Amino acid sequence: MPADDSSVFQIDSLRRFETPEGIEIELRLAGPVPRAGAFAIDLLIRIAIYMALTPLAGLAGVGIGLMLLALFLLEWFYPVFFELRSGATPGKRALGLTVVHADGTPVGPSASLLRNLLRTLDFLPVFYAVGLVVMLVDRDFRRLGDLAAGTLVVYRETRATVPNLARHRPIAPPIEMTPAMQQAVLAFAERSAELSAARRAELAELSGLAETVPASGGDAAGILLGIANWIARGKPNAAMPEPERQGSAPSSAAQQASGGPRA
Amino acid sequence: MRQQRFEQVYAPVWRRLEGLLDDLEARRRPAPSVPVQRLPRLLRQVSGHYATARARGYSPGLIARLHDLVRRGYRQLHKPRPNWPRAFLRMAVSGFPRALRRRRGLFAIACALFFGPMLAMGIGCAADPTLIYSLLDGAQVAEYEAMYDPSNTRLGRAPSRAADDDVMMFGFYVMNNVGIALRTFAWGLAAGVGSVFILAMNGLFTGGVAGHLTQLGYGAPFWSFVSGHSALELTAIAIAGTAGLLLSQAILAPGRRSRSAALRANAAESVPLVMGAVLLLVLAAVVEAFWSANAAIPPEIKYAVGIAGWILVAAYLGLAGRGIDPDDDGPDTDSLDKGPAEAKAAARGSLWT
Repeated sequence: MPADDSSVFQIDSLRRFETPEGIEIELRLAGPVPRAGAFAIDLLIRIAIYMALTPLAGLAGVGIGLMLLALFLLEWFYPVFFELRSGATPGKRALGLTVVHADGTPVGPSASLLRNLLRTLDFLPVFYAVGLVVMLVDRDFRRLGDLAAGTLVVYRETRATVPNLARHRPIAPPIEMTPAMQQAVLAFAERSAELSAARRAELAELSGLAETVPASGGDAAGILLGIANWIARGKPNAAMPEPERQGSAPSSAAQQASGGPRA
Repeated sequence: MRQQRFEQVYAPVWRRLEGLLDDLEARRRPAPSVPVQRLPRLLRQVSGHYATARARGYSPGLIARLHDLVRRGYRQLHKPRPNWPRAFLRMAVSGFPRALRRRRGLFAIACALFFGPMLAMGIGCAADPTLIYSLLDGAQVAEYEAMYDPSNTRLGRAPSRAADDDVMMFGFYVMNNVGIALRTFAWGLAAGVGSVFILAMNGLFTGGVAGHLTQLGYGAPFWSFVSGHSALELTAIAIAGTAGLLLSQAILAPGRRSRSAALRANAAESVPLVMGAVLLLVLAAVVEAFWSANAAIPPEIKYAVGIAGWILVAAYLGLAGRGIDPDDDGPDTDSLDKGPAEAKAAARGSLWT
């Protein structure tokens, strides 16, 4: 429920940032464990690239020179290359992570170079000991390179699936509903297609709304869907097309029979 | 307005933004037919719809859908799309020397920390043949002596490596020297201790070898080998040290800012210095591998090239970028009196500053 959670102080890994458009963006920070996993994957990829280049050694001087150059580039600039290409190294991408500036925008050349050049310090004395300590102390899981570059490692946002509000004959809410209650009823209607009939009925009965509607006929879920449709679509009148009974709504014959009182 | 009506009225706008975002996300460089110029306005509109939807308590699904669009749009609007050749040229022509001149005080300290021990150790080792052993063990000294033995045909390389290709040595010089420079920079974050240590040790080491070999009478091969790339290489190490000291300044003397704010500001300022040092070192590696090692070139010519190198490097660092772009710190301060195309390019250009 996004309606009133701003009042709660959160100790979690969610950071909010307000964009210039006045919109709050949520960043979900990634902790040391997924980042270590991403590093391990990247390490394997780097080793694989290096192994693939070993036949170059057969070319004597020129080949060894190219191999040394490749080793240098892989050591220092492998993450920079991928971060500027797509925001994350292949290892981070595999774990659903991405690198962003503190304001949630994709990482740029300057910040990417900094955080990766300072990696050499985070790595000290072995396997990111310094970086791990700094990450655990910092509230945003930043290692030294992130602190200097002003970057965060966050979970990549997943695309929201667009749910359909299940259609039902609109039913006037029997009581005055607070915004939070309205949101809950709407969320129920949008999720009802994913729920089993028994679960739907259980949730609807818990809401306690069904009892307040006189002729509900015991179909609590149907009542809730009806109220949701009333909130979203308004009363069934000439301006609004009558919702189709056979549509995506999970309502059954029993529910259709129940109808609902006109307010 | 009920949610249904709201959706009916504005869904076309959302679909337009969605289509544009799909196009932008599909390819790194959008096709010319994609109307990118519509993005800011569409994003502002949909941001307004999102705020309205939240304020009116529309369904969570609709709010999530709009939030998704806004989030994606924000990402695309602020995604860096660097013009690499232009950014590189700008950095090399003006950004790097200007960044160094802005920090000439730290550069002077870094030079003192690097060239001071070098000079002292050089004079010491030239006067006292045993002093070099306080720094290097016998095997290492012997190796250096063999590398610059006047009877050696390939200068600056151990006799066992004489047949090795110049390209191989180029790769080695890049990996080794650029690695040292980048470490000198990064270690500055450790309150400067790392940078100072690496600068001083490299100074002692370089000076010691030079003094020792000169005292042995191997001066001609040694000095003719190092003279060509010395200007580029030694200056670059001092510049990497400057960048490291810049990081340490944020820790030791942040001034009127918090340490973390000072660190972010100084770190951003150090990027053109580090990249400039890398550029100089790659050039130095080219000279060192393909010019310095060639024993067929008479020493007199090599000395002349070496002196010319120092003059060129000094002129580049002292003069390049003077007078152009009086305010290139901000990407758009000078964009007002330029045409739209130029202004757009200027806004994209200053990646490294």
